[in-house]
Amino acid sequence: MKLDTSGFESFSTQIEPLDGIVGDFSAAPAFELPNSTDFDGFQKEAIQMVKPAKGTTTLAFIFKEGVMVAADSRASMGGYISSQSVKKIIEINPYMLGTMAGGAADCQFWHRNLGVKCRLHELANKRRISVTGASKLLANILYSYRGMGLSVGTMIAGWDETGPGLYYVDSEGGRLKGTRFSVGSGSPYAYGVLDSGYRFDMSIEEAAELARRSIYHATFRDGASGGVASVYYVGPNGWKKLTGDDVGELHYHYNPVTPNTVEQEMAEAPGA
Amino acid sequence: MVKEQANWSPYDNNGGSCVAIAGADYCVIAADTRMSTGYNILTRDYSKICQLADKCVMASSGFQADVNALKKNLYAKHLIYQHQHNKQMSCPAMAQLLSNTLYYKRFFPYYSFNVLGGLDSEGKGCVFTYDAVGSYERVGYSSQGSGSTLIMPFLDNQLKSPSPLLLPAQDAVTPLSEVEAVELVKTVFASAAERDIFTGDKLEIVVLGASGIRREYMDLRKD
Repeated sequence: MKLDTSGFESFSTQIEPLDGIVGDFSAAPAFELPNSTDFDGFQKEAIQMVKPAKGTTTLAFIFKEGVMVAADSRASMGGYISSQSVKKIIEINPYMLGTMAGGAADCQFWHRNLGVKCRLHELANKRRISVTGASKLLANILYSYRGMGLSVGTMIAGWDETGPGLYYVDSEGGRLKGTRFSVGSGSPYAYGVLDSGYRFDMSIEEAAELARRSIYHATFRDGASGGVASVYYVGPNGWKKLTGDDVGELHYHYNPVTPNTVEQEMAEAPGA
Repeated sequence: MVKEQANWSPYDNNGGSCVAIAGADYCVIAADTRMSTGYNILTRDYSKICQLADKCVMASSGFQADVNALKKNLYAKHLIYQHQHNKQMSCPAMAQLLSNTLYYKRFFPYYSFNVLGGLDSEGKGCVFTYDAVGSYERVGYSSQGSGSTLIMPFLDNQLKSPSPLLLPAQDAVTPLSEVEAVELVKTVFASAAERDIFTGDKLEIVVLGASGIRREYMDLRKD
């Protein structure tokens, strides 16, 4: 089987000096495959041993002013929380964001790779890549690895010449254009809040609050989501991080603890 | 159908725990020196720490054969880097190189769990923590390996710093002095050795500071 190694083009354009001495290291790196008769079985076992991060809540939606993107920050391996500070919103370039759900390494690596491809497009064409184009680059790469066990569920959000753009891309080869998405184990909860509160003509403040509240409610009901709720806004001038709140503290923001008032005191019933 | 071959299982777990703590102008990297397979202890004196560059130290647990192959690979890449750029690789650069190196073996992973500690270009301590297939993150402190589930909550309790994702941002550098950090690492390993059978024998501590690199050792339980 031939693997797509075009992702490493920028590496292979280096000058290749002294071939025999430098040997394998000057060649463009390629994905090594196990010499096993049962690739699927091996892959399943190997991934089981190095269990990638699963369990996430991410969302993004288009509204009047642009795109709002939000995510939690927890990574878990089974029942163990391996990190509470994962950056699940990946900054591809100043006008484009990607979100991360599924395997942490798969998302991180292919988004980094997408960043390189977008920059090369920019240099070759003297203009920024469209969100449509970028999401298609990613979808095509992921499709070429289909069936090999990659696990990616991502949203590509950004601002291009046509205005705001939002796509959902996954490792099964899916690519959908839309105005409202949520991905990850907490997505049903996030969708509940998001769908009930969504209006196209929201202000930036309203949209940011809706995004934050959706993530908070998802982290509250989904054990695999938690940590910090990050909210990003992408507008005509690129993305900007608006808020980052510890959801443990957000809980008391949304559910203030009111000191118990004294129970109603006994009084004579009037006219008894 | 008759089975045509024995099950091919190239991996083993040699256990061991690694810890790294970043400070304002130093970095402490520590690991125990026990190497085991199952209940057998293979050796009590195997270093899991290696210096990849002047200001960059990696501690790795997992399958030591894979770790060895990984180290060799990184050394070679770093040697080429030195010849091409006439300088040592910075710690954040080495961090991304390690991530890519791990991911290139995504379909036949290195069974290794790494923490990378060092000093960044400003001389500040930095710690990078990884999974086996290359997902990585810069943190203030981290633990990997068989004892990580015992060590991490302890470190969280002692050092928990505000998340780097918070906005407005808050300074996330460990508030400890170098001496306090080394003391903390010693206690943390003494505790892990009490409850993890793969951690023990001896603790190796590497301290990277403005003045250079320093090594110390402490005995741990040998049972």
